[in-house]
Amino acid sequence: MSVVFEKTQLLTDKPFHYCPGCNHGIIHRLVAESIDELVKEGKLEAGNVIGVAPVGCSVFAYDYFNCDMFEAAHGRAPAVATGIKRAKPNTLVFTYQGDGEKIVTIFVNNAIYGMTGGQMAPTTLVGQKTTTSPYGRKEEWCGAPIKMSEMLAEVPGAYFIQRCAVNNTPNIIKTKAAIKKAMQYQLEGKGFCMIEVLSTCPTNWGLNPVEAMKWLEENMIPYYPLGVKKDKGADAK
Amino acid sequence: MVKVMINELLCKGCGLCVRACPKGVLALSKTKLNAKGYHPAEPVNPEACIGCASCARTCPDVAIRIERE
Repeated sequence: MSVVFEKTQLLTDKPFHYCPGCNHGIIHRLVAESIDELVKEGKLEAGNVIGVAPVGCSVFAYDYFNCDMFEAAHGRAPAVATGIKRAKPNTLVFTYQGDGEKIVTIFVNNAIYGMTGGQMAPTTLVGQKTTTSPYGRKEEWCGAPIKMSEMLAEVPGAYFIQRCAVNNTPNIIKTKAAIKKAMQYQLEGKGFCMIEVLSTCPTNWGLNPVEAMKWLEENMIPYYPLGVKKDKGADAK
Repeated sequence: MVKVMINELLCKGCGLCVRACPKGVLALSKTKLNAKGYHPAEPVNPEACIGCASCARTCPDVAIRIERE
């Protein structure tokens, strides 16, 4: 008997509190597996990793990752992470958050503020209905949704920026490869890395989990194109 | 032979594994309810499983374990 797939040790046994079909769980697993693999490959000392959890639905991420975690104030996960990295430069530091320094940011883009009740976010698509844009987001009033990856790719200190999605198995595998690559770059002492992951919020979108995945494929991926936005490591080769 | 094991206590019946399976192995139970009040996914066509682990990779609650004998 051989095990084809089992839960990684870098996730605790605590069941996720997320809504059915929420993509946070998939992304948590990819982050945890990447850390686990880096340890097994001898590139990272076991326990030498600190994660920074955000405010939002994933605020309880510190209960789910089996490594040291830090809880930051709303929107301040990267600021806290830069402090940790300065104090402990040889530690792998990552932030897990919604919408400088040699850290890895996992940015989950679900086009809405989920935990607070489904309000419009900077990433909400034009025309998308939320509790604060009940007639759909209007570009004249609210501006166009921000493309974080493209924006941060212009920042000189950014080393590796990629946008991914977890809507199907090939994309899930690609997302994990990207997360692991970003962590490897950090361990090599390169610059800031961000992996943006397009994600669903079935509850606040008012769709069931499978419909939400289709909505993501039909609406989010065309506006937020997947792919590598910047990779100084590949450019150098 | 491949064995798909679904932890029914963790399953929230979202159906993403059913969508991810290329062989139609899984379905949401029509009769069972778990302690959380969801209809958990179950293998209805286990012989068709090829062990690709698409379901396990998609499961947001990491509720699936796969073994090959």
